This record gives sequence, C-alpha cells and structure tokens, in this order.
Amino acid sequence: MSAAADAIDLGALREGERRGRVNWPLRIGVILVGLVVVMAAVSFVWTPWDPYFVDGSNRLAGPSPSHWMGTDRFGRDILSRLMVGARTTLYVGVVAVGLAAAIGTPFGIVMGMAPRRLGTPLVRLNDLLLAFPALLLAIMFGAVFGASTTTAMIAIGLGTVPVFARIARSGTLQVMSTEYVLAARSAGRSAPAIAVRHVLPNISSLLLVQASVSFAIAVLAEAALSFLGFGTQPPTPSWGFMLNDAYTVLQVMPLQSLWPGLAIAIAVLGFNLLGDGLRDRLDPRLAEHRS
Amino acid sequence: MATEDHVAAAGHGASSPGPSTRPGAGGPIIEVTDLVRSFRQPRTSLLSSPGAVHALQGVTLEVRRGQRFGIVGESGSGKSTLLRLIGALDRPTSGSIRFEGREVTGRSERHLKFLRDDMQFVFQDPMGSLDPRMRVRDIVVEPLVALGRGDNRARLEELLDAVGLPATAADRYPHQFSGGQRQRIAIARALSTRPAVLLADEPVSALDVSVRAQILNLLAGLVRDFDLTMVFVSHDLSVVQRVCDFVAVMQDGRIVEQGATEQVTTNPRHPYTRQLLGAVPSMQAALAGQTAADLAASAATADTDR
Amino acid sequence: MTAPSTPPTPGAASSDRSALVVEGLDVAAGRLGLVHDVTFRLDRGDRVGLIGESGSGKSLTALAIMGLLPDGLSAAGTVHVPTAGAAHDTDVVTARESVVADLRGRVMSMVFQEPMTALNPLMRVGRQVAEVMEVHDLASRGEAKRRSVELLAQVQLRDPGGVARRYPHQLSGGQRQRVMLAIALANDPDVLVCDEPTTALDVTVQAQMLDLIVAGAAERDAALLFITHDLAVVATVCERVMVMYGGHIVETGPTERVFRSPRHPYTRGLVRASDLGPVGSPDGSSDHRPLPTIPGSVPAAGEFPSGCVFRSRCERADQACHVQPPWDGQPDDGWACVHPYDPSVTEGGDHGD
Repeated sequence: MSAAADAIDLGALREGERRGRVNWPLRIGVILVGLVVVMAAVSFVWTPWDPYFVDGSNRLAGPSPSHWMGTDRFGRDILSRLMVGARTTLYVGVVAVGLAAAIGTPFGIVMGMAPRRLGTPLVRLNDLLLAFPALLLAIMFGAVFGASTTTAMIAIGLGTVPVFARIARSGTLQVMSTEYVLAARSAGRSAPAIAVRHVLPNISSLLLVQASVSFAIAVLAEAALSFLGFGTQPPTPSWGFMLNDAYTVLQVMPLQSLWPGLAIAIAVLGFNLLGDGLRDRLDPRLAEHRS
Repeated sequence: MATEDHVAAAGHGASSPGPSTRPGAGGPIIEVTDLVRSFRQPRTSLLSSPGAVHALQGVTLEVRRGQRFGIVGESGSGKSTLLRLIGALDRPTSGSIRFEGREVTGRSERHLKFLRDDMQFVFQDPMGSLDPRMRVRDIVVEPLVALGRGDNRARLEELLDAVGLPATAADRYPHQFSGGQRQRIAIARALSTRPAVLLADEPVSALDVSVRAQILNLLAGLVRDFDLTMVFVSHDLSVVQRVCDFVAVMQDGRIVEQGATEQVTTNPRHPYTRQLLGAVPSMQAALAGQTAADLAASAATADTDR
Repeated sequence: MTAPSTPPTPGAASSDRSALVVEGLDVAAGRLGLVHDVTFRLDRGDRVGLIGESGSGKSLTALAIMGLLPDGLSAAGTVHVPTAGAAHDTDVVTARESVVADLRGRVMSMVFQEPMTALNPLMRVGRQVAEVMEVHDLASRGEAKRRSVELLAQVQLRDPGGVARRYPHQLSGGQRQRVMLAIALANDPDVLVCDEPTTALDVTVQAQMLDLIVAGAAERDAALLFITHDLAVVATVCERVMVMYGGHIVETGPTERVFRSPRHPYTRGLVRASDLGPVGSPDGSSDHRPLPTIPGSVPAAGEFPSGCVFRSRCERADQACHVQPPWDGQPDDGWACVHPYDPSVTEGGDHGD
C-alpha cells in the first residue's frame, strides 16, 4: 500500500538526519577500544620495564619519572604489566566472544529456520542454558579443569553461547519472514544456501552489536575470575589479578588499585559504547524491512 | 471458455501480437483441484483446543497456457495463500495441484526442480523482496545459481535490458533504486530461468500511480514477448481487469465466480462480485456525479460491520 | 514573502466561513526543503483533496497543519484556524505546543492511514473515544462515556456498546478506522484532516468509510482536507483538489476541471496513468494498448531539479522551465507551469468522454 510511500519519505529524512549528526558513542568507543588495542600491540615490541622484573628495593613506589604508574608489592612496573595485561584481556575477549558466536550463531539460525515442532524445544533448551550463570560455570570449570586463562575464557564463551543463539534466532525469524527469502525459496534455493546467502549477511549487524557488548562482559568476567583466583594465574599479568594484588594493600597504597580498575573501566566502557554506536549506525538498515 | 485447444502448438508458437491473437486457450498448465489449506491458531486457552483458520476451503481452477489469469479478492480471501500453494512455497492441507500434468503436492523440495525452473514469483513489496545486502547482479541471477547454472554475465545484461534497466545497475544495491526500479529488478530475477509461468502477487500495489502504469506495461509486454502464462493476484479489480483475460473472484477461501474478465466485469452473476464491482471508485463515475454515498450504497451488503 | 509560484491568498478579507488558512507554509529538515510555500484556504463545509505521490510532501503538509511535525523537521509560514476563537487568532506554526494541543482534537482533528498504530493497544476503544472529550473538558466522565457509545453508533459500528468495551486488536481494520473517525469527530471539529484514511482498507470497506467521512464532516459543517494518492477516491470525495509534486502545489481547481482538462503536465500524466479504464465496461479488458505513463520516477527528497520541480520528467520542459514557473490563472483554479496544456486542443490517445 502507500504506507510504503510515506515510509520512503520519512526514511529519506532519517537518512539525512543521520548524515548530519555525529555518532559520539561510536567515536568515543572506537577511541577507547583503540587505546586498549594499541597498548596491547605496543607491549609486544616495547614496555618501559620488563613486566616480570622484580625489584626488591623499590616496592610499592608511587608514580615517578622512571615508573609512571609506580610499582607493585614485588617492585614490578605497573604500566608495563598493564600493557601486557591488555593482551590477556583482548585475548580472553576475542576467544570467548568468538567461541560464543561460532556456536551460538548457527544454533540460533537453526532455531529460527527449523519447523516449529523442532524449533520450540530448542528454544526452551536455550532459555534453560540462558538461565545458568556464566560466572558459576567458569568457577565450576576452574574447579574441575584447573584455573587458567584458557579455562576462564572457554567457560565465559560457553556461557555466552545462548545469548548469541537468542539474538541470531530473533534476527533469523525476521529475515525468514521477508519476501526475498520467499523469492529465494521459489527459486529453488536450499535451506543451507538461504542461511548463508540471505540470513547471515542480514543478521550480521545484530551479531556485531551483540559481540561488542559481550566483549565488555567477557572482559569484566575475566577480571572478576582472576580476582577470585579462578582465571589467569600469576605471574602472567592480568588486570583482574592485578586488582586482586592491589586490594591487599588498599589501606596503604590506594593508588595501586586505581590503575587496573581504570583500565578495566576504559575497556568495558569502550566496548559498550562501540556496541551502542554500532547499533545506531547499523539498525536503521535493518529497520527498512517493515513488517 | 473457448475450447479450441492447440496443445502441441501452444506456448512457443510465434503468434503475432495483438489482443485477438491471444485467446488464452492453450492446454491446461496449472490444475488445482479441491484445494484446502487450514492454519492452526495459537492456543489462547488451557481448556479449549485451539481453533483453525480455513484460508482455503476447496478451490478448483484451471490455468491455461498463455492465459493471463487474475485472482481478485479482499484481505483474508485466501488469494495469496492460493498463489503460494501454486508456487509450492507452502503445503496444502488437502487437495491437488498439477503443473504441466505432474502432481506438485506431496513432493519434497528435491523433486520440485521442474517447477522451480518454470515458475517464478514477483512479490508486492519491491523493497522487501530484494535482499538489501546483495548486489543487483547477484539478486537477478540467484535463481540460475540455485539451479546450478554457471556464469551468467551475458544473461544478466540481457535481463536488465529486458526490464528497462541500464547495465550499470548490476553493481548497485537495492536501496539505491526507486520503488518502480526495484520492481523491475524483481521482474528481471523472475525472468532469469526463462519460466513458463509468472506468479505475480500484488506486484503494483506498493507503487506510485505514475510508476504503476510503467510496470503494468512492462508485464504486459514481457508476457507477450516471452509467451508467458501469468497468474496475477490483486485486491484491485481495475488493475486485474486491465491486465487479465480471465478472472477468479475469491471470498473467504472460496472462488465465488470465475470467467472471462469481460464477462465477469460486465455481467457479474455472484452478489459478491457485484458488490466488489460497485465498491471500486472510478474517476469517470465520480466526474459523472457519483458521490461517496452512492459508492457506499452500491457496495452495500447485509454485513456492514466487516 | 510569497514566491511567484504560489497562488495568492484568496480573498484577503477572511469571510466568517473560513476554517483553515494556510499561507506560505514551508517544511524543512535542516537545510533540506521538503514542502515549499503552500498556500490555500478551506471554508467550512469545503471538501478539498490534496493529491500526490510518495515524496510529494502531502503528508508533511498535513502534519504541519496539525502542529505534529516529527523531531528534526521545522515549519515556516502561517497556519490559522480562524474558528478557534476570534479573540486569539492562533498561528499553529508559531504558537506554543500547549496552545496547539488544545486546538487538536477540539477544533481540528486528524485520521491517519494506519489505525492500528494510531490507537493505544492497551486501552478499551470506548475509553479512547471518551478521553478526547474529557481532555478538552467538554464533557464529564459519565457524559463522555455515554457520548462515546453514541459516536461509535454514528460511525455505524454494530453493537457500539460492545465495541466500546473491546481492545483495538480485537477489531478488524475497518472497525478500527471507524473508531479513529469517531475520535476525530468527537468534539465536532471545524477542520477534519484525513491522511490516506482508506488506503489500508479493502474496497468494500473503503466505500463505506468514505461515506462516513463525508457525512461526518457535512453534519458538523467541518472543512475536510482529504489527502490521498488515489485519484478516483479524491474525485469521489472532493469538490476541489490540489495537486502536489516535489513539495510544491503545481495545480489546483475544481475536481471536474482538473481531472477533465488538466493544465499542468504532471497532473495530466497522473490522470492518464491512473486511468485504467472504467471498471465493468467492455472497453476495459479488451483494451491491450499500453497505458500512458510518466517517464522516470519520483526523485528522492532533495534531488528534485531547480526551477520547475517536474521538468526532469516533463515532455514539454525547455529552457524556460529552469526558473520557478509563476502561478497562472485564479488562486483557487490555476497551475504553476509555463507550458500548460490547452484544453481546447484535444489530443489523441485519451479515452473519450
């Protein structure tokens, strides 16, 4: 009907509006995440000090020209450890989110494309998994397989699978109701071909937004696990473990906990803003499929 | 209907264009018998079992080769459901559909290739029927790819040309086109497999008035040039009348009247057809003095509360 | 202030009958102009159609008149509703939101295309009809409730009492649109704006709805502004039409004159393209000549040519069309074109009348 007429009209306006307005969340998100990435990248070639170098004579030092952020209770340079810790953080985030997306997305697409009689039980199963707290799963994993960075991120990843599955399913349902899928079916396209050619590209922006939000959650979860002793093990630098370390001297040197805390906050905020910004940027295109 | 069948010559005979040489009376190409389609409603109560919606309640029709077969009805009449069943996008509850003499119902997707090859859809919403993430070149040849045919570069240009689009359109995305151009892309896609039958579901309902005429002309030309059979579903009787030589009027899942378009529109026998005809506003009638009250009176029915 | 392309304000001294006076109305999204210099006037009892395709600016014009432009869009010019009260001749464009809100639903009201989204899904429809009367303190709660059932009966809903107790999703599209009309008519407005009110409806329902709209407006002696893309509908409902293209009114006049002898090439193209032949007459189906068309398609907002907005699709366009064409003819019966079609010259290809 000519609902289309007006939708096009207003769509064009929104397009113009979007072009004019700066997407601040996206910009700030990119800058903050970029900061973390640069820190991690630089740490491969250069750090101010050897992050593992113990200087017994210079423990718990405040910021100074030689140690910009001071030293920890073993006399190790905090900035250097923070930079190397960024690697751990990103590594955990990438693997956990990658794992979650790699399992959750196909599962979600299958749930969305399966006939109702098969899809409904799968959805209930997913809801059940969704109700299970990821952190608890990670602690269980740690207890069974031994605490390490790898166990932590696998646990976080597996815990995030149902989140991706649900997002992928809702996106799939939307795409499956469009006429271009009907057209593809009438052209004889098989279900797997439709999933790959039509569904996946069209839900990719949804997944991207979810990935950046999940990334933030994974970073936080890794920090929490390490803090609790179920994640990254010493002496490998990890922001969560550094926070745990600093916590023991909180009374004496409160500044010690500020640095890893700030780093975690920046990374989490950065990825969350990135997610918000991407949503603003990408969603209007999805909104083009009016029901 | 006329019964001078030319089964052997039908379809690919190079008939000269013009209304009189298009009798629309080849052999039957689509035969629908006693088609029923019911949908179970979602459960709303714990105690009573969910009801069913009977979208189609025993539809029988026959489309002949070369015919332009119109299906007209209002929302909920089952016209789109019928078209999707004919195109094997949905399975009937009971009844039979035969395409070129072969049974369609009950076959698995793998055994429907003969139909996919020969039958293509054009849908209503030219935005919704094109994948926004695909380039025009991929959209247009998708049916060929689905059928496992290889490189189609030449075919692509031919198709774009046939629907009046420049070759440069191939590298662009659907949202870069206007509604009418998008519908041209959809039509090019439908033609890619050189189908015998075009199934059009409200192909001009979402288009602007000034573009609608272009697309109707295009469809008419293609049907003539490629010897297509067209099944054309619309809520708009004036469009169907313009495009189709045969029309079936649907109401509540049934065909209440069918016949040659001219006969049905000038001498409607079923009261619902009369009501439908009476309800269509027309500029000529309005300029001749028909008011809204007159229109309502001629559309009047016992059931004013629909 | 008024560009040469606009019809000059009809009869500067406003008569007592005038219900809506729009002068030099512009709507813009930032720097992007979407509606340009729209000027017209409606008297009580008038039935005027505003025709246009997508992107013509017809819906934005309606929203601007109602003071309902979405965020990011701004209006300029004046919109007066003289009957709102002689003491304060409010200009909708500049007035405070609270003042305009008081006018809406009381002095002027609007029926939208999609009744499902225009009704509150969580509220019984009777309540929604009653509320519009209570909001303006025109009725007590009990009175409003009684009147709401009356209004639902007026729009010919069967069992109005029962319908009043239902929720929007329990009604059909046609029933919902009747409820919308009942709400719009509840406070006996002086101006009724209908934006594609029947586009989403079936033809048989549309016919009844059109009748209800015309009758409802006539009973209240309200001015009706009817917006649609459907020329046959407009011809049935309206006595006068305005044709919009690219945000400009390109032609206006009595319905019969405009449709029988359109002067602007766009109007002419539109009339010819939408004429599929009379339904139910023998020459409809047997006629397989191609339909007359307008070449090209409506440009996107901001991509209309300068000068005459239609010149990129016009067969008569030449150098003279690079400047904005002046208004020709009367304010309420004229066109903005330097090469108008001459009605005395008949051309082939038309359906004779």
